[in-house]
Amino acid sequence: MAETIAFYTLSVLILGLAVLVVTVKNAVHSVVALVMSFLCVAALYVVLEAEFLAVIQILVYAGGIVVLYLFVVMLVNLDRSPEEHEDPRRLSIFGLCLAGAMLLEVAGIVVYSYNRSASTVTAPAAASPVQGNTQELGWLLYTDYLIPFELASVLLLVAMVGAIVLAKRDL
Amino acid sequence: MMEITPAHYTVLSAALFTIGVIGVLVRRNIIIIFMAIELMLNAVNINLVAQARQVENLVGQVFVVFVIAVAAAEAAVGLGIILAFYRNKETVNIDEMNVMRW
Repeated sequence: MAETIAFYTLSVLILGLAVLVVTVKNAVHSVVALVMSFLCVAALYVVLEAEFLAVIQILVYAGGIVVLYLFVVMLVNLDRSPEEHEDPRRLSIFGLCLAGAMLLEVAGIVVYSYNRSASTVTAPAAASPVQGNTQELGWLLYTDYLIPFELASVLLLVAMVGAIVLAKRDL
Repeated sequence: MMEITPAHYTVLSAALFTIGVIGVLVRRNIIIIFMAIELMLNAVNINLVAQARQVENLVGQVFVVFVIAVAAAEAAVGLGIILAFYRNKETVNIDEMNVMRW
């Protein structure tokens, strides 16, 4: 019962704020709606018993990425709204139709997969010797997924170097 | 009130993803387009976490950690590109970003 109420409340909030993100004219308002939406997603992770991801969501998304966006919006302060200049070749209605087609496709996949008999659920991986969401996640990351984890760190290093190179005026 | 099943989360995820697609296809401010991409990544994350709980396996959550890492890298590099482009062309309108158009 509690999960039902939480799910519907958070769903309405997430979707409403997401609509605001893509419709509002002012980019700063858009960023504010985005951070609220991220916080609601974090709450949804708590409902889904993924507490560690909820904290990561708040730290990385709501704390880090959104601040980055705010900085860029501040630095790229335009008197002239980018929406004013319109490319005559642009097909926004066509884009909306494509998005609708994609929603239909996704809905079709959902309906198809839930009308089939329940697929055999794979047995959980070897029981980890630890308890609790964060500890089990850490156990998986440092045993079965150690190489992807290290690769992610290399990716972050590359992104860091790339961002610095791009942001520097001249090396 | 009916019980919440993973199908509910999938529908929420699909709706959020579609909103992101609409944002990418319709808006012309490239910063808003980047935010719409973040919305799509969030939709995927919700789906992964919901299905991970369904099969009682934490691997889905491990994948979400990787998705968040890639999203952070993408945001950093993408916003760097936006800033570099803005310094050269004084615009964030994607209709005017056609220097690489064939």
